Amino acid sequence: MKIYHIDRESWVKGLAASAEVYQLVGPVREKDDFDFKVLDKGQMPDLTGTDTRLSPKALVFPKSEIMMTFSTDPNDPDCNIMKEAKKEYPKRAVIGIRPYDARALQILKMNYDNGDYQDPYFLNAYEAITFVGLAVNSPSSTDFSTSCGTGPFDEKGLDVLLVAAGEEGDFYAKILTDKGDAWAKAAGFSKEAGSDVSTRIEAMKKTAEEAISSKIAFDKIEKKTVLELFEADHWENTAFACINCGTCTYACPTCWCFDIQDENFGTKGVRIKNWDSCMTGLFTLHGSGHNPREHRYQRTRQRFMHKLKYFADKYGEGIMCVGCGRCVRQCPANIDIREICETMNK
Amino acid sequence: MINPYVPYPVTIDDIQVATEDKSLKTFRFVFKNPGDEEKFSYKAGQFAELSIPGQGEIPIGIASSPTEKGFVMFTVFKTGKVTQYLHSMKVGETMGIRGPLGNWYPWDTLKGKNILIIGGGFAFTTLRSSIKMMLDPKNRGDYGNIDVVYGARTPGMLLYKDELVEWEKRDDIRMHLTVDSEAPNWNYHVGFTPAVTEKVAPQASDDTYAIVCGPPIMIKFTLPVLEKLGYKHDHIIMSLENRMKCGIGMCGRCNIGRELVCKDGPVFTLDQINLTPKEY
Repeated sequence: MKIYHIDRESWVKGLAASAEVYQLVGPVREKDDFDFKVLDKGQMPDLTGTDTRLSPKALVFPKSEIMMTFSTDPNDPDCNIMKEAKKEYPKRAVIGIRPYDARALQILKMNYDNGDYQDPYFLNAYEAITFVGLAVNSPSSTDFSTSCGTGPFDEKGLDVLLVAAGEEGDFYAKILTDKGDAWAKAAGFSKEAGSDVSTRIEAMKKTAEEAISSKIAFDKIEKKTVLELFEADHWENTAFACINCGTCTYACPTCWCFDIQDENFGTKGVRIKNWDSCMTGLFTLHGSGHNPREHRYQRTRQRFMHKLKYFADKYGEGIMCVGCGRCVRQCPANIDIREICETMNK
Repeated sequence: MINPYVPYPVTIDDIQVATEDKSLKTFRFVFKNPGDEEKFSYKAGQFAELSIPGQGEIPIGIASSPTEKGFVMFTVFKTGKVTQYLHSMKVGETMGIRGPLGNWYPWDTLKGKNILIIGGGFAFTTLRSSIKMMLDPKNRGDYGNIDVVYGARTPGMLLYKDELVEWEKRDDIRMHLTVDSEAPNWNYHVGFTPAVTEKVAPQASDDTYAIVCGPPIMIKFTLPVLEKLGYKHDHIIMSLENRMKCGIGMCGRCNIGRELVCKDGPVFTLDQINLTPKEY
């Protein structure tokens, strides 16, 4: 496995060179926060923030995406026939995605490629991306990623792992896949790092992991049955403060639920896929008026049961949370998944 | 990669008002593209998304039987935006169907077994598909006794009346039709479905399975009757409904615990349902 040493000048040049072949995407500062955006020619990703406010999931699962188009014009021979929307999936390199966020997109992929069906919108977007991740040297106080089967240096969802090398703006770039290798070639990176680099990266990884003081455990959740956890008497209390605003579900990198809606413009229209949230009553409302999750606490319970139990039982790949801490930081009611996990794990 | 969101285009071939209050209509669809009918090959108990561009989609049980060729049939209750619009559509119009979706009644397990079908109201659609399929001369030998308990509020609210009358006359299926209260010219049972079930259902045995599909109130009172008759929970088969969008196990709203009603269901044994939260 190759590890390159990239100094500041080569970095700027390399990104420009790879932009000839790849559409570059990276964090961009927006007021006080960061968001992943397609970079303009010559624009550099801003790697000074730890997490973007919203996760990078919109790169593969846009907030709103046209899936199909149609005409309802009776004179159109294709009246009322759905047509797959024409889409381009240019080769993309996502620069500076955090390792646990890249792992989160792998979790999304488990949902969108479920063995029986494949969501082409998600999968085409995902396959087109080369993930050039940036290790987290200084984890935030709400980072509990190491408890979630990932971490600040996790390589699972990445093609390249960048590690800020200490010197001004230098990186080590650890090539993890053929896709990563192709991107590094396009960028022209060729200076191999010194022989002690693996040891240095390991040491930095250890320091970063040890800096994470926030931990969760779900060993007892694993052993308890779904019904024991579901019927526990704490849920109304646990969910008391939750106003079902859905902020957590939108900020979350692993929340994958969506809605399908039609929009008409005269006799033309589109069928679109939108982010949805289990926090809303409409999410489960039957045509009859019956709602299996009528009460607010039932929806809160659904979210945590899904993340910490249903997903874990179904896939055997740990919990549906990567410990990025976005929901903890952004919840207006101070609901903390770590505390809820602790309650469930008693 | 096959795009599972794109419906097959179909033409509405026939529309029949199905109940006296006109709240249900039965639609027959014919596939516009040769080959799509083959791709839509289904089993009794599955459902599909009826897709009307500009209106949306609705998950509806397939009422036709796999033994019926050349069309697919659905009976739809007028209740929301899409169904209201569908009820206003005319023969000859184009729309879409996506499917078949979900699992089916466990026909492999049911081979050689006696079958008790219990249905109520307009949840009789996939049961009609099942009965039609089993009564087909090619299939009838695969199953033992067939008992059908089917109840509705009034005679005019029973679906597929012509066929019910026809099946009533046969000797290879026992029909137990019932309505909630006495009605003119009604010569069958009177009373709620659970009470009639208690009277007419065959005793439980390892070789007898019950398929139950109906409104929540009917299910609530029928399950204790079946238990009393000795039916084991793995011999009671139910079809669930939940709000759905994608129908392919991705959009996330129809779960009961870890199971997705659209993809892991809609058919479950009571045994399986007992292990999940009752969020349906």
